[in-house]
Amino acid sequence: MTQKTIRQALHEALAHEMRRDPRVIVIGEDVSGGAGTAGGRDAAGGVLGVTKGLIGEFGEARVIDTPITESAIMGAAAGAAVTGLRPVAELMFSDFLGVCFDQIFNQAAKFRYMFGGKARTPLVIRTMIGAGRSAAAQHSQSPYHIFTSVPGLKVVVPSNAYDAKGLLIQAIRDDDPVVFCEHKLMYDLKCEVPDEAYTIPFGEANVVRDGRDVTIVALARMVHYANEAADKLAGEGIECELIDPRTTSPLDEDTILDSVARTGRLVVVDEATPRCSMATDIAALVAEKAFGALKAPILRVTAPHTPVPFAPVLEKLYIPDPERIAAAVREVFGYRR
Amino acid sequence: MQLNRESLLKAWRDMVTIRRFEERVQDEFSKGGIPGFVHLYAGQEASAVGVCANLGPRDHIASTHRGHGHSIAKGCDVTGMMLELFAKQGGLCAGKGGSMHIADLDQGMLGANGIVGGGPPLVVGAALTAKTLQTGNVAVAFIGDGASNQGTTFEAMNLAVVLQLPAIFIFENNGYGEYTGAAYAVGSHDIAGRAAGFGMPATKCDGDDFFAVNEATREAVERARAGGGPSAIEVDTCRFYGHHSGDAQLYRGKDEVRRLREERDCLKHFRRRVTEAGLLEIHELDSVDAEVASLIDQAVAAARAAPSPDASALLTDVYVSY
Repeated sequence: MTQKTIRQALHEALAHEMRRDPRVIVIGEDVSGGAGTAGGRDAAGGVLGVTKGLIGEFGEARVIDTPITESAIMGAAAGAAVTGLRPVAELMFSDFLGVCFDQIFNQAAKFRYMFGGKARTPLVIRTMIGAGRSAAAQHSQSPYHIFTSVPGLKVVVPSNAYDAKGLLIQAIRDDDPVVFCEHKLMYDLKCEVPDEAYTIPFGEANVVRDGRDVTIVALARMVHYANEAADKLAGEGIECELIDPRTTSPLDEDTILDSVARTGRLVVVDEATPRCSMATDIAALVAEKAFGALKAPILRVTAPHTPVPFAPVLEKLYIPDPERIAAAVREVFGYRR
Repeated sequence: MQLNRESLLKAWRDMVTIRRFEERVQDEFSKGGIPGFVHLYAGQEASAVGVCANLGPRDHIASTHRGHGHSIAKGCDVTGMMLELFAKQGGLCAGKGGSMHIADLDQGMLGANGIVGGGPPLVVGAALTAKTLQTGNVAVAFIGDGASNQGTTFEAMNLAVVLQLPAIFIFENNGYGEYTGAAYAVGSHDIAGRAAGFGMPATKCDGDDFFAVNEATREAVERARAGGGPSAIEVDTCRFYGHHSGDAQLYRGKDEVRRLREERDCLKHFRRRVTEAGLLEIHELDSVDAEVASLIDQAVAAARAAPSPDASALLTDVYVSY
């Protein structure tokens, strides 16, 4: 099997589905880029580089460059989805949800319920998350928990290229609105990815490694940091079970609860801010449903309750790292009542 | 274009249905049979009906919080609507949407909207579907003077022009955004002019005159179906009730509503016009009136008799699958 980056995997998923179904379109800012310029179309191919080349195969009618107009992009994609297309709309940075959230959470997410079950809104919103590029407070957040809190939305947070491809194909074939979060530091991350189309069901966590001592639940880039920490801890005789939920809505509660039932200890690692977050949500889930199994307090390793700082030295402190994760695991492992 | 007798009778039936529906909703709301909020469309009938007379069931509209008139004009079932307003099983939205979210996708009605300015971007999407799948359909956004000031409306107009979509923006200027005058809130005092600034043909018409609205819309729809891109129409209209049912309307002039009902009633205008021109007989109009009265009575009776949603409905239809 070929090694592919997350960027290539996502591109393949889009191309597969656009070939398979003429109702699939891509719409967003600079998804081909260069419209109305001397450089000509496909001069950009997305700031993420994921959509480059699609316009050559599928044309302007299905690879639609928009003005910088997030409300209209999200609303048009929602309106197109509920009337027969299967749009993949790009919200370049997830931070931009602030200028278009109404169309996502009051419109697309609620159509089906408000309209008594008659609407289908097969919409995918691809959006970039993550700190680590000194992009500062308005281009570095990981607000998947905000989307997750909205009934009617599904939320995908992949951590590797194999999952990214299978989950994006699943998202495009899904009949509900899906927010698909891509970490900006992970596009070049490689793993083996099949050439053919395949799907990964939502709500099925990936158990990255088995271990008897401590359960770690981590998302996106934090999966890799947690794995590094687990490697180090294995050398100290602490065996971690690492769970990557892959989707936060639906959330695979059973895999997490089963694991904690065996280990009795939980550390949740989340690059987002801690209040009302996925880390807090998962901690509450386990406290409520697996209290009897717990041998130690649940610890959360998260960003602080601050905006994302600009200075590299501060940003490094902001993002959870393998050392902090390992320290939390040691703490719960060594906990005595 | 000369409308034939069937079209004129249908227009009259739709306008009278809206008027009687809204009067009855006001009555039933006052009696406590209808939960929540209702925003009544009475006075503006010529706009919804004049526009929708140019549309087929596969064309789409998106409406506003004042959505009953658009729904009826687009072909939504009146009994299903009344059941929905009463929050009953069998309502158009199974009792889970209510007045502010009333919708019927089978009739191309993308919903009333609780968010002022929520609809225009959705209409751009429906128009994008029409263009991409080459269906020849058009999509119409009904927008109040209040929503004409929202950024979503500006973005929707610009994107419709950039992508040359078969979208039509109907600005129903009834003079009020909630309790504030359009004379204050619309900075340019010229909604059509603002739409024209986005690069689309934009006209104004007399919203008390069904024929004026119908003709302006016919041109816009023909242009959109022929690939000529979006248009905007500012309809000068008036509302006979307050922002919402129960609004004390302290912001309106002392005799304003009484005068509007006397001088600017689009139903009276239509009736006079078609009978004076010999297009329809008075007894034909009266006969429609009687049928509509009976239809509304039946709808209310059905709504009162219907059961409330089952408790299980709380948790259904959040997702297609989860």
